[in-house]
Amino acid sequence: MTNESLKEVINRFVPNLEFSEEGSQFLNILVQPGQLHRLMLELKSNNGTYFDYLFCLSGVDWGEELGVVYHLESTTHRHMVVVKVNTQNREDPAFDSVCDIWATAEFHEREVFDFFGIKFNHHPNLKRLFLTEDWVGFPLRKDYVDEINMIIK
Amino acid sequence: MEVTSVNNNFKSEEYCINMGPQHPATHGVLNLLLTIDGEIIKKVEPDLGYIHRSIEKMCERDSYQQIVHLTDRMDYLSSNINNEAVCLTIENALQLEIPERIKVIRTIIGELTRISSHCLWWGVMGMDVGALTTFFYGFRDREMINDIMEETCGARLTMNYNVPGGLMLDIHPNFVKRVKAFVAHFKTKIPEYDSLLTENIIFQKRTKGVGVLSKEDAISFGASGPVARASGYSCDVRKYHPYSALDRVTFKESLMTEGDTFARYQVRIMELWESLSIVEQLVDNIPEGESRVKTNAVIKLPKGEYYQKVETARGELGVYIISTGTKSPYRLKFRSPGFSNLSLLNHISVGGKIGDLVAIMATLDLVIPDIDR
Repeated sequence: MTNESLKEVINRFVPNLEFSEEGSQFLNILVQPGQLHRLMLELKSNNGTYFDYLFCLSGVDWGEELGVVYHLESTTHRHMVVVKVNTQNREDPAFDSVCDIWATAEFHEREVFDFFGIKFNHHPNLKRLFLTEDWVGFPLRKDYVDEINMIIK
Repeated sequence: MEVTSVNNNFKSEEYCINMGPQHPATHGVLNLLLTIDGEIIKKVEPDLGYIHRSIEKMCERDSYQQIVHLTDRMDYLSSNINNEAVCLTIENALQLEIPERIKVIRTIIGELTRISSHCLWWGVMGMDVGALTTFFYGFRDREMINDIMEETCGARLTMNYNVPGGLMLDIHPNFVKRVKAFVAHFKTKIPEYDSLLTENIIFQKRTKGVGVLSKEDAISFGASGPVARASGYSCDVRKYHPYSALDRVTFKESLMTEGDTFARYQVRIMELWESLSIVEQLVDNIPEGESRVKTNAVIKLPKGEYYQKVETARGELGVYIISTGTKSPYRLKFRSPGFSNLSLLNHISVGGKIGDLVAIMATLDLVIPDIDR
């Protein structure tokens, strides 16, 4: 499916989606945190879109906001799309987990939790993956400081 | 706790045991927390981070040329392909026109890297299941590729041969001759691999029907590379998103449908043949031209987001760069194949024996720095 027709189909799934293609090779969709799980479930289960392959899940610290970026591909239609979700809450950021839709999200979400401190609701085993349990702070956030271990130029 | 009765005299119960981080079968510092009942595996929980260097955070500090060096240290057995992935992302973002010569050399070196990685994997695969001989055979052939790499790239493991805009230096005058000699040599050796290990009945009994992964699960767990293709999931990035010179060569995607350990093994052996054929198609006709395109000394990518997939020896490596127009990326994410492949380890090894787990891990072909990054 082309980006135009994808946009048309996906727009019917949930309200208040923002689409953008600027500065990216994919169609980008910005979704409200409350609608995230509904949109993802629809993207995966709808026969027209059928995004069954979550190939990348990244946490991003946008400065003011914290967010998660999902890269999706369909193994039957071979089209791709990027879903983004952001929150202004830096103290206790949380999104719905998508690991019931794609099993790979379980590990990727743990990684994001470990490095960005973003919680995922309904995640079966949300704990630090790489760092130790007693680690203070979330290293991939832009405001993280570690004067001993980080070389800052 | 669940207590199951084995016979009238003994009772078994579940307990936890650490496998690693120094276990030889984990090939690096990976700790697996096993929940076992006797020798039956109930749960496998990987404990990661023993060699996490936070490459993604370092990338936010470094210039684009420096980032390429770091990628060598992720999946060190596919270092050339990792380098290529970052260089391609940068070149696409800058819309640099890359000469044919560079593309062809990159593809040849990439496929040689794949062969050398699979040789090492084949050697340790045999060793893991108790056939020590294979280790020496695998390393003997890998040595020839290492020598070629040493002559051209100056290094044997972390090549760092690709730079944004092309190659560090042109190929060595001996390159074509030695690659051809290797291809001729290795063609006689793959059948030897088959007769040594593939056809070995003990080996087959250790691997057939062990650790079965269905196609649906492979996709859901984000598996890629030989692991996914052994389950019948056609996912070769070289076919679906060809890069460098891969669009002009003909090769067959290695696919199996069984999804067990033996199928994963066979896919890699088939890939050896396919990679040899790709090298053969290209090595005679390396176009003349420059080996490097001039770029600015300080590379600044235009504001935006860039994603590039490549097929390493382990599967799909993704490079996701968010740029704000400065000399370093705002955020750089490596989607490493090993990380996703590891996530399905628990799923396919539950119910098997500890010995099966070793065989399964061998065919997942985990490289720990690739997972830890």
